[in-house]
Amino acid sequence: MARALISVPKTAKKGDIIEIKTLISHVMETGYRPDAAGKVAPRDILRRFTCRYNDEEVFSAELWQAIAANPFISFTTVATASGTLSFTWTGDNGFSQTETAAITVT
Amino acid sequence: MIRFIAILLLLSLPAAAADIPASERRSGYDFMSPATQEMQRDDALNPAMLWVAEGEAQWQEAPSSAAKPCAGCHGDATASMRGVAAGYPAFDERTGKAIDLQQRINACRVTHQQQPAFAAESRPLLGLAAYLGLQSRGLPVQAPDDPRLAPALQRGEKLFHTAMGQLNFSCTQCHDANWGKRLAGSPIPQAHATGYPIYRLEWQDMGSLQRRLRNCMTGVRAEPFPYGADELVQLELYLNSRSAGMTVETPAVRP
Repeated sequence: MARALISVPKTAKKGDIIEIKTLISHVMETGYRPDAAGKVAPRDILRRFTCRYNDEEVFSAELWQAIAANPFISFTTVATASGTLSFTWTGDNGFSQTETAAITVT
Repeated sequence: MIRFIAILLLLSLPAAAADIPASERRSGYDFMSPATQEMQRDDALNPAMLWVAEGEAQWQEAPSSAAKPCAGCHGDATASMRGVAAGYPAFDERTGKAIDLQQRINACRVTHQQQPAFAAESRPLLGLAAYLGLQSRGLPVQAPDDPRLAPALQRGEKLFHTAMGQLNFSCTQCHDANWGKRLAGSPIPQAHATGYPIYRLEWQDMGSLQRRLRNCMTGVRAEPFPYGADELVQLELYLNSRSAGMTVETPAVRP
């Protein structure tokens, strides 16, 4: 499991715009780089990131080779109801990871 | 004629650069772009925090059923390790030498946990070093005060002032005499190693001070000292004394 760091406000007022920040540990190997022995390292990147808020998709992104290692993704959404935000990264070599964060909306 | 010009060029380089006065000392942070500075300031943005999280998990986790985790002896790192990293390299009684923080982690691992030492620059080693470094963030760098460190400190100072490699540069020629100027478009900082291990954007990875020193040596086309070499620790020791009193920034971000 890759290490992921997620920053979500624990509480928010209904209708507030909340900022969400995510970081995940990933090499984002482009598939173009030769290694020390001169052999091109096979591509190993994250392809897609999605955020679901109480099971409704509120944000998604496609990732490509030009994106740095350990990608940082930040976005905003509107606090609608208390519940769970789930974050899923999928990528090459069957990579799939989901993290969750709880939010209380008053 | 060519030889004459070469001599003139050599003479035009400042021969012996003076040390930077304390009032003019500046962290590498000050030379970075505002975007990179923010990346370091905000823990939610700093990729080095991924390593810190790994280090924290390792601190709690027993490496085998027979061995205690780090926390088993040292307890809560936020209390027991506060300020510890700021005083490294330090004198090691067992080997009678100066050792840096990563060598201390490995020594502890081998003697007290009966585990094989972590490889240089491996994720778990950098993770633990970053986690311990974080416990000193905001505290002043402690100058080495053990008198038994004096010979190593002297050798480190000498190395810092010794020209090496095909380009025949010493550390001091760039970092004391020409800081603030540019080398191939990048600002030359003062070489205060206050934020190691660092997340370096150029590496797309975390790295130790030894990795950075070896980088500089390759840059002047010198054969770098191997990881763990006494010379690298001596240089680290001198750098530490040179930055004494400055604020620890670990885990820092550098371009």
